[in-house]
Amino acid sequence: MKLRTARRTGAIATAVAVAATLAACGGGNQPGGASSDGASAWALTGGSEDMFRASFEDWNAENPEREIAVDWFANDAYKEKIRTAVGSGNAPTLVYSWAGGTLADYAENGNVVDISDGTQDLLDRVIPSVAANGQIDGTTYAVPNTQSQPVVLYYNQEVLDAAGVEVPTTYDELLDAAAALQEADVIPVALAGQSVWPELMWIQYLTDRIGGPEVFQAVLDGEEGAWSDPAIVEATTRIQELVDAGAFGDAFGSVNADQNADIALVQTGKAAFVLQGSWVYPNFLESSPELVESGGLGYTTFPAVDGGAGDPTNIVGNPSNFWSVSASASPEAQETAKEYISTQVLSDEAVDELLAIGTVPPLTGLEDRIAEQENPEYLEFVYGMVRDAPHFQLSWDQALPADQAQALLDNLSQVFLGQIDPQQFSETMDATL
Amino acid sequence: MTAPATTDVTREARPARRAPRGRAAGPSLWMAGPALAFFGLFAFVPLIGVVVLSFMSWDGLGTPTWAGLDNWGRTLTDPVTQNAMWLTVVLTVGTWLFQAPVSLLLGVFMAGRQRYRAVLSVLFFLPLLFSAAAVAIAFTALLDPNFGLGAALGAEWLAQDWIGDPDLAMWLVIFVIGWSFIPLHSLLYQSGVRQIPASMYEAALLDGAGRVQQFFRITVPQLKYTMVTSSTLMIVGSLTYFDLIFVLTGGGPGNATRVLPLDMYLTGFRSYDMGKASVIAVLLVVVGLLVSLALNRLSGANRMESQQEGV
Repeated sequence: MKLRTARRTGAIATAVAVAATLAACGGGNQPGGASSDGASAWALTGGSEDMFRASFEDWNAENPEREIAVDWFANDAYKEKIRTAVGSGNAPTLVYSWAGGTLADYAENGNVVDISDGTQDLLDRVIPSVAANGQIDGTTYAVPNTQSQPVVLYYNQEVLDAAGVEVPTTYDELLDAAAALQEADVIPVALAGQSVWPELMWIQYLTDRIGGPEVFQAVLDGEEGAWSDPAIVEATTRIQELVDAGAFGDAFGSVNADQNADIALVQTGKAAFVLQGSWVYPNFLESSPELVESGGLGYTTFPAVDGGAGDPTNIVGNPSNFWSVSASASPEAQETAKEYISTQVLSDEAVDELLAIGTVPPLTGLEDRIAEQENPEYLEFVYGMVRDAPHFQLSWDQALPADQAQALLDNLSQVFLGQIDPQQFSETMDATL
Repeated sequence: MTAPATTDVTREARPARRAPRGRAAGPSLWMAGPALAFFGLFAFVPLIGVVVLSFMSWDGLGTPTWAGLDNWGRTLTDPVTQNAMWLTVVLTVGTWLFQAPVSLLLGVFMAGRQRYRAVLSVLFFLPLLFSAAAVAIAFTALLDPNFGLGAALGAEWLAQDWIGDPDLAMWLVIFVIGWSFIPLHSLLYQSGVRQIPASMYEAALLDGAGRVQQFFRITVPQLKYTMVTSSTLMIVGSLTYFDLIFVLTGGGPGNATRVLPLDMYLTGFRSYDMGKASVIAVLLVVVGLLVSLALNRLSGANRMESQQEGV
């Protein structure tokens, strides 16, 4: 009898285990734990997190029957998770992205739906060059949902003054400044080489200043030998010139942007310049308010290169982040998501929240509202940069398909380390086209 | 969902319970059921999936398409993957050379009866309690040349570009892995030493053997199987070690610490080249199995003969 009980227990345990496993495999079609047909969203922590939280809370308070369940992720974790989720039909209803190559992939595979209807009101307010990122062949698949993130050259004015250095307006002046700053025993430019992606900003700006936006467009179009364009070879040559001149110090490979170590170097006066996306400004405001308020934190556009074909008012960075609507969501959830987009995204409250933390949404006609802010000079600078830029280049790693982007990051880091020369870089990258 | 499934399966299971008992002795085969079900679902089925995927081309979206041997040729000739294979060998040999002697000595020390031994053993054990991610982040912060220990203590030699210099990064990785896992292996050796009968040492003492001789003639030979177990764990472990390196260096600088498991992950989840990543995964599984089998065979541990005959 005893044996029998034991066996029955065993069988039940097996059955429960099997059932649990099956449930674990089959479930989870609607992440976020909302009711099965409800809409869900995955959003990112940090940056403009508060704005997103407020906007979802608003929506859920006004629409208790159609709540959107939100899960929060760190940047890198999100990027790795979302693609698997989209590919396996488990995507949240609202898909957060950087547009570019990923969005093109989603659209091509029918993972996201056409949201041209119902988003026109929002798009009418968005700066056209930014809105264009969410459109493929005239169809809107994604709309901007947060601030615009151009890459800005920030500097510590106190450090420049101490070393007697002027803000450089050309590449040659930057080289001279680097030499003078090294004399003064500071790192001329803080570069988060461990994270690799901040190195992209250098090759992007240099290529644009030297050859204009057409050079990278050729890469995007997959033209044979596009990476061997003289402008790219010159850009990587200049990068190695800067590295050899000690412009990035001798330990940039240990500096990590995810921990804001590059920003910290400038805040503490250990480094003079840092080339970073405008998303770092809230960090400056938060962790060194004295520096910002005393005018010690300077900001300028990337220097021009003598004889370069590119317009020095061109910018690179992320035009914005974007919401798309998943094709695998139920029709009701898709409706909820679209309505959320048209009522909540970049609403007046959202714009206020973004301006208050020192970031600028990509909307037209914000001049008056910016003038009302506490520190309008910086916001006006960034807003003007975005509004007046003839070309706003999306970060290359986002614009390119994933495999090419990863190869680019790998090889670019080797250029900065001096492990490969500009010709090797161009040849290896040409092979990925 | 769960409740109906349970009853269904239980009903099906009943005839088995009434079936004639083939082997009266020993526990019921059913007891292996849960483990087999989990192993099958979470190890065997995915493994087959990976093997199939290694012959397909898939970017994570859309439908996988057949690619034949294309992925295999591409992977085996890729300089990045070849470099990763070499680095994996360096890491495996390096971590073994660092960990094995230190763990053996620490284990022998911890098994002794010295003063403060217990306190020190607890301290040595601490690194094992920390998660790999926390260890990696702590070391990144401590070794930061600008804000880390080196800068704080004014120690020039410590303020090196540890993580950013391709020549230093691999040594740092080996050191940190050793730091995290030496406690585990010391523990194995400690229990191994405790198993050695005291009578052997007494006999050796009567024969006039000194401490060093005792160590090499009794302790080391008696620990043979502990060494096999510990080395298998170290070698197979470092073949597949991922999390600490991923957080510490991310495979960088350049490709200086991009060992095979990282190469697999970056290829699969950064480049979204699932076919190529699957090839690397299959390679890892095969090499891991072969190495642990070979270690077992070569050392004779599979026979597990007693080493204490005549004691």
